[in-house]
Amino acid sequence: MRAAFGETLLRLGDQYHNLVVLTADVAKPTNVYAFSQRHPDRFFNVGISEQDMVGIAAGFSLSGNIPVIAAFAPFLMRAWEQIRSTIARVSLNVKIVGTHAGLSASEEGSSHQSLEDVALMRVLPHMTVVVPGDKQEIREATEALIEMSGPTYLRLGRDEDLRFLEGDRVFQLGKAAILRDGSDMTVISNGGMTPEVLKAVEQAKVSARVLHMPTVKPLDQDAVLSAARDTGHIVCVEEHSIIGGLGGAVAELVADKCPVLVKRLGVNDDFGESGPRDELMRKHGLEAAAIARELAAIKGGNVP
Amino acid sequence: MNAVLEIIDQRHMDEIQLLKERIKSIRRSVLDMTANTEGGIHVGSSLSCVDMIATLYFMKMRHSPHRPDWSERDRFILSKGHAAPALYAVLAEAGYFPREELQTLRAMNSRLQGHPDLRTPGVDAPSGSLGQGISIGIGMAVAAKRRGSRSRVYVLVGDGECDEGQIWEALMTAAHLKLDNLVLVIDRNGWQLDDRTEEIKRKVPLKGKLESFGWQTYMVDGHDPEKFLDTLDLSELSEWPTAIIAHTLKGKGLQMIEDTNKGHKIRLSNEQYLAAIKDLEEASQ
Repeated sequence: MRAAFGETLLRLGDQYHNLVVLTADVAKPTNVYAFSQRHPDRFFNVGISEQDMVGIAAGFSLSGNIPVIAAFAPFLMRAWEQIRSTIARVSLNVKIVGTHAGLSASEEGSSHQSLEDVALMRVLPHMTVVVPGDKQEIREATEALIEMSGPTYLRLGRDEDLRFLEGDRVFQLGKAAILRDGSDMTVISNGGMTPEVLKAVEQAKVSARVLHMPTVKPLDQDAVLSAARDTGHIVCVEEHSIIGGLGGAVAELVADKCPVLVKRLGVNDDFGESGPRDELMRKHGLEAAAIARELAAIKGGNVP
Repeated sequence: MNAVLEIIDQRHMDEIQLLKERIKSIRRSVLDMTANTEGGIHVGSSLSCVDMIATLYFMKMRHSPHRPDWSERDRFILSKGHAAPALYAVLAEAGYFPREELQTLRAMNSRLQGHPDLRTPGVDAPSGSLGQGISIGIGMAVAAKRRGSRSRVYVLVGDGECDEGQIWEALMTAAHLKLDNLVLVIDRNGWQLDDRTEEIKRKVPLKGKLESFGWQTYMVDGHDPEKFLDTLDLSELSEWPTAIIAHTLKGKGLQMIEDTNKGHKIRLSNEQYLAAIKDLEEASQ
């Protein structure tokens, strides 16, 4: 998955001569290493100093460059205030990429897991927040974010070869994709959770609309409100805290415009811990079987 | 030959004289803002660095008020954003916007925000949250080198601001990248919001710290434009980033607050304003 980002960045580097890449001593794990080899004059490893990196990116942007900054999502968040005050506040064209997001740093433990980044980025005015699902979508989302002007946050999670979206052009900024339709409820998810959701809908034998929602901000309001009107109940699934992320965004909108039940599935106001990723996901109810149980309960009228 | 040198010398003296007159007018603008602005402004901090900002804009930097976005211009970053009134007064004097607009400082819909952002013509970088200006300057300095530009980048920080960890991250980065087109000015007025800088968190030996980080470091009287200018000239000879520790007085020139923390953020009453103008007139005689 991160490899797809690295390859795309390499290609965009050839295309955009004002694109520069910065990292904080994590060139290899964030997959910007290939870029550093192809374009050493446009690559800056600033060392283990995320706050400095964000400021330097601001300076590049103010000089007409397109800076891409890549680091582990939890440690990028230590520079949240720099992102707020110096980048988002004046809408600088800085492309922020947080890798190893969600529970994907698994065995490293909660210090290295990032369950709050979507909430922290989403609250910032001017910020675009994207959580792509599979390899192709990562490629297309990376390209779309470089093409647009303004600050963006791209969230990359687990590093496996996911491919569940079909078609030539799967990603549209600010647009949800309807992966299947149904009438009992709508399930909204993003990132690597969507394939689990598709399995869960099969297992639960419910008639559900499945909305894959890679863009958390700006949210595809039409898709959410149509779902609320057409199917009633909405279930949101994400590898993030249930506070402030995709589920939060959907719940805010639905409460304002078309109140229906919104059930948020994710990590329930908790930190992670060390362990194999599968077991962590199971513990937090983020595997197909657990999601299926929730869907079946909602269909049966047992809303916990 | 001597005659030519004399003419050059005289011309320089004339320029310095003109600069000093401009500084007086800029200082008066700062005092006007201090009297006009309802909630008060950070006048102490503005008066400690205003001479240096003026010297940069009128004697050193290549810039054009007619083309604020000219890509080859030199950049100035006011990292200690609370001294915004000093920067705004200089930009108005330079012609970036009408001097009357200074009266709108901190008002609704004004282009002059309490702390700098990009809506003000001539402002090169946003600030207000301390500690971030050197990093921004590094990005600009590297970008200038990459496009083969002679553009130089000047960053002004406060001495209290040096408490911020990001300052030291950036000092390491700039020396590592050998950014000879980056100049840091430290407004060493010895005060921060709560107390003397050395009481809150010890800064000394500041020069030793900067040198050990790999910066060419000078100390100068920040209220002596000629000496400050000489030091800026010297910075152009260095192969390394240059730091100038400028010794200054908080509230310089305003007797009632000079070298105290009483003028950290105040509004001048009518009486105080008249006394301040009197100080300014007497100082320039």
